[in-house]
Amino acid sequence: MAERATKEQTGQAPAEDIWVKCPGCREIAFRKEVERNLNVCGKCGHHFRVTVAQRLAITVDRGSWREMFAELAIGDPLGFVDSRPYPIRLEQARKQSGRNDAAVTGLAAIGERPVALGLMDFEFMGGSMGVVVGEKLARLFEHALKRRLPVVVFSASGGARMQEGALSLMQMAKVSSAIARLRDARLPYISVLCDPTTGGVAASFAMLGDLNIAEPGALIGFAGRRVIEQTTNQQLPEGFQRAEFLLAHGMLDAIVPRPQMRDTLARLLADLIARRPRALRR
Amino acid sequence: MAAKARNHKERHADPVSHRGAAQSPAAPSAIERVRLARNPARPQTLDYVNYLFKDFFEIHGDRRYGDDGAIVAGLAHLGRTPVAIVGQQRGRSTAERIRRNFGKPHPEGYRKAARVYELADRFGLPLITFIDTQGAEPGVGAEERGQAEAIAHNLEAMVRLGVPVVACVIGEGGSGGALALGVANTVLIQENACYSVITPEGCAAILWREATEENVTRAAEVLKLSAPDLLALGVVDEIVTEPEGGAHTAPEQAAHTLGNAIRRHLERLMKLAPAELRRARERKFAAMGSAFLVSRRVENGESIS
Repeated sequence: MAERATKEQTGQAPAEDIWVKCPGCREIAFRKEVERNLNVCGKCGHHFRVTVAQRLAITVDRGSWREMFAELAIGDPLGFVDSRPYPIRLEQARKQSGRNDAAVTGLAAIGERPVALGLMDFEFMGGSMGVVVGEKLARLFEHALKRRLPVVVFSASGGARMQEGALSLMQMAKVSSAIARLRDARLPYISVLCDPTTGGVAASFAMLGDLNIAEPGALIGFAGRRVIEQTTNQQLPEGFQRAEFLLAHGMLDAIVPRPQMRDTLARLLADLIARRPRALRR
Repeated sequence: MAAKARNHKERHADPVSHRGAAQSPAAPSAIERVRLARNPARPQTLDYVNYLFKDFFEIHGDRRYGDDGAIVAGLAHLGRTPVAIVGQQRGRSTAERIRRNFGKPHPEGYRKAARVYELADRFGLPLITFIDTQGAEPGVGAEERGQAEAIAHNLEAMVRLGVPVVACVIGEGGSGGALALGVANTVLIQENACYSVITPEGCAAILWREATEENVTRAAEVLKLSAPDLLALGVVDEIVTEPEGGAHTAPEQAAHTLGNAIRRHLERLMKLAPAELRRARERKFAAMGSAFLVSRRVENGESIS
């Protein structure tokens, strides 16, 4: 479930500051310098969260990105009101992000290899998955199937979007169903789990990759930390729900630092389709 | 169902607000339904198994780690038809509730379920699931053993099944932990059962910081988790009536009504070929929420769809 994250927790570099404090080592660094380093701390290797635009810039071949399904948007299926009506919350997030919802989908090339690419925008309502996120990703997988393309999805999400109720929950099944069809066609799907990937997103497409790869230090899990502490009174172990913890428990295939991500993806995609029958190759 | 879908398209992105249950003065409110769904005396999976099926043979364990008491699974006969059954079991006595972790499955429970899904598929047995959980267990062990992966795997596994799948929401349908038993051809919900992306308590704690009784009541209302609301949203296919006052007042009668609905849907589904059954399930979930989508131009996005 999408819990509200404070500035401190997000470790986001504030846009207007020229300095950033690294939440990993507490060192102060030039924002520009950190950005040049792909938003990775030069001292301790802490991975700051990156925006969708930054992610695209460091991942796909220059000029190769073509967005799809950008116009998909949601109304207000539940008539949901908390302190403010859901449409007003949505409108605000849309204004800030310049997009309709928390996922971006399209076609790109990574190391000259064409892929269907999905990215989640954590800044848009905590990257929460409602009908639009589910629909966009499902359509992306369907499109990849039709065009015989591999799929890469970068996840960053607090989970299902409360404001769309059980319809959000059903998106987990919607996307998983599209993945099943892609898998049957033996087209590769690489899931990249970024900080954070939790709740209904972790419990569906993010964990269903042929390969599940995480960025260092990414928070990954089913239940929120607070929920676990409150309901179980258990002491949470050191590094609980971090990528390294999941790797140690056999839940991830690899942790790949951001500077190596692009080349790693290009190489893995190449390997996975190299021995496919010619008729199935692009 | 078809009429329902058409209805949705016409109304387009209109909210379902204040429809159904809340309008009739006799009908219970959302929070009253949540309480009925959680009533300890309410019939549970094994009660329905006893009332509706013969020769239940329970299947234990995930062959990986352990046997999760929160999920019961097995083979049984519905009339003369052998079927596979998977359901959450909350337990009734204190000892049983503890043994069954109050119906909150661990990953090994979902992996046991997956094993039975695949068994059903391989031998052409219709699958009937009973959903009755507050949610999947949120604990250190569950996380260590891959709760997210276990649920995700089940969603995909259920989609693939080439056998009829009927899911019955009989109590609380809590989030992904419920959906891991819910990717069915037909989803039935009992009148006072609910199905939600989060508990009203969890929702209240996030939205209003405090799960006071007033906030929880409001959360139950806004989440649209009651059977009539879920039917209007297209999340469930049919509401199964309960005896006056709730299923716990006359369990045998509740079971009888539910059994009739299960048999009616199975009869229809058993005429379909394996590929058709899977395709029908794919279509059903592909359409979830689509009626509420709108097209909205964005300035910085280039669309080629």
